[in-house]
Amino acid sequence: MSISSKLLRAIITRRHLIAHASPSISSSRHLGTLVIAEHEGGSLTSTSLSSVEAASKFLNKDSSLSLLLAGTGPSLHEAAAKAASCHPSISQVLVADSDKFKHPLAEPWARLVYLMQQKGEYSHIVAASGSFGKNVLPRAAALLDVSPVTDVIEISESRTFVRPIYAGNALCTVRYTGSDPCMLTIRTTSFPAASVSPDSKTSAAPIHQVDLSTFSEDGNSRFVKQTTQESEHPDLGSARVVITGGRALKSAENFKIIEKLAEKLGAAVGATRAAVDAGYVTNELQVGQTGKIVAPDLYMAFGVSGAIQHIAGMRDSKVIVAVNKDADAPIFQVADYGLVGDLFEVIPELLEKLPEKK
Amino acid sequence: MKIMVAIKRVVDYAVKIRIKSDKTGVETTNVKMSMNPFCEIALEEALKIKESGFASEVIAVSMGPAQCVDTLRTGLAMGADRAIHVDAPATLFPLSVAKLLKALVEVEKPGLLILGKQAIDDDCNQTGQMVAGLLNWPQGTFASKVVLDKEKNVATVDREVDGGLETLCLDLPAVLTADLRLNQPRYATLPNIMKAKSKAIKKMTAEELKVEMRSDMEVVQVIEPPKRKAGVIVSSVDELVDKLMNEAHVI
Repeated sequence: MSISSKLLRAIITRRHLIAHASPSISSSRHLGTLVIAEHEGGSLTSTSLSSVEAASKFLNKDSSLSLLLAGTGPSLHEAAAKAASCHPSISQVLVADSDKFKHPLAEPWARLVYLMQQKGEYSHIVAASGSFGKNVLPRAAALLDVSPVTDVIEISESRTFVRPIYAGNALCTVRYTGSDPCMLTIRTTSFPAASVSPDSKTSAAPIHQVDLSTFSEDGNSRFVKQTTQESEHPDLGSARVVITGGRALKSAENFKIIEKLAEKLGAAVGATRAAVDAGYVTNELQVGQTGKIVAPDLYMAFGVSGAIQHIAGMRDSKVIVAVNKDADAPIFQVADYGLVGDLFEVIPELLEKLPEKK
Repeated sequence: MKIMVAIKRVVDYAVKIRIKSDKTGVETTNVKMSMNPFCEIALEEALKIKESGFASEVIAVSMGPAQCVDTLRTGLAMGADRAIHVDAPATLFPLSVAKLLKALVEVEKPGLLILGKQAIDDDCNQTGQMVAGLLNWPQGTFASKVVLDKEKNVATVDREVDGGLETLCLDLPAVLTADLRLNQPRYATLPNIMKAKSKAIKKMTAEELKVEMRSDMEVVQVIEPPKRKAGVIVSSVDELVDKLMNEAHVI
């Protein structure tokens, strides 16, 4: 970038800061957005597609959207090839191929994002607000000396965002006023990825290898192992129907009726903190402020009281059904359909009366 | 080895918050405030490590207005040895907190810095990662199990990640952030509360720590989330199935 264009950019940035109520997201800056993507089994994750969907809101005719993929081996390149044609907004796919990115360690990843920013001078850097994005993005932001924004649910202007605070009991609009890049993680349920049409007329975006010759590793952490929970149910974060059980299930054995109902409806299984702490199910099924945030078409809560922290994770579901013995349980205040009754009687009856899933 | 624990004073987790009528924020006057639950877990872990003989001292630190001293006093009553209060405005963003923490780490030189994974007011989930980045220390975020190896000078950390657990090995010094399942925080007993009154709380300022307090973030407004429309109580499973099929069309 020449000195004059740098100067011009500085002026435009300044003007942008003064123009507080700029009417639209588009700005005259010729800048790009970088999406930090994740891949699994040779494909982009659905949460990364949501990030692309969110990042495309920063696009205008003069700007571009770059997707960063890192890792090593054939599955990385397979994912890159698929990513190149998966969304019309993607201008280029950047591939960082190194053993250092074999595992999702924050230290090399944050350093990589830092390096990408030095090279690309992006206006925005976006990641999904999953455990990966939340781990890496703030570290990278600190290296770049900027404040990141967590869990964005709405992009109002190019640097003005809405995010939930206090377990979703308040919505806070924040404006980033610092220097480039503006970094954010997005709540994936708020930016549903458009379904990918394989026969889309858009040609594949170019794939570039990232030059890692200047990459210095912060080698003070090592990956040991990952323990994944095998499940035949759909993924909790993206399921259309979620069936959740709480403390009232009383045991891991009893929790199986929740799983049975989920199977019948082709639903994902969720749990409250109480159910997880009591050992009925493993923790990655926890829905709430500190667990997963879900927004399915149908959310059915059985034996869930509805604590603030649990509601935080499911309040944006389209239809909420609550079954609880206690007619005063707070869950009934957010439920569209409530049934006061014993779940051990209701669930078998539901299993009998619900139609087979389509 | 010293352990430093960062503590935040927040609106108590059980309080139903009220939004100020001028939309500038959430009402905090005359509202019950407590230690952020994740910070309690972080402190408990530090105390456990000290009790196992790995650490010699636990230092609790907090940034914010004068009332933070109450929260630090709670930390001292739980068992922290001493505390540092950095006098600062209540509306600090994580980047500023991370810079203050980095400065404190450089003064105290702990071998471990433990934080909660997020504060339940701003729900940012950033400070631990940011201070680790600033210090160039490895980070073990969302920790549900921490095992220290004295000889190798490493921490083995189980992390709660999407889809399961991940185990990392970190060279010390390191930054850890505590998840809910790391431990069960202890209650402060009355004798310990009395003892805590005589423990030292050092007061410092950002100027003394040579941290420039600037902000690159502003709050435009805080509003209530949209209310859900009132639901109905159905009387039978048949009615529920009927409503789901013919009214909500979700099954």
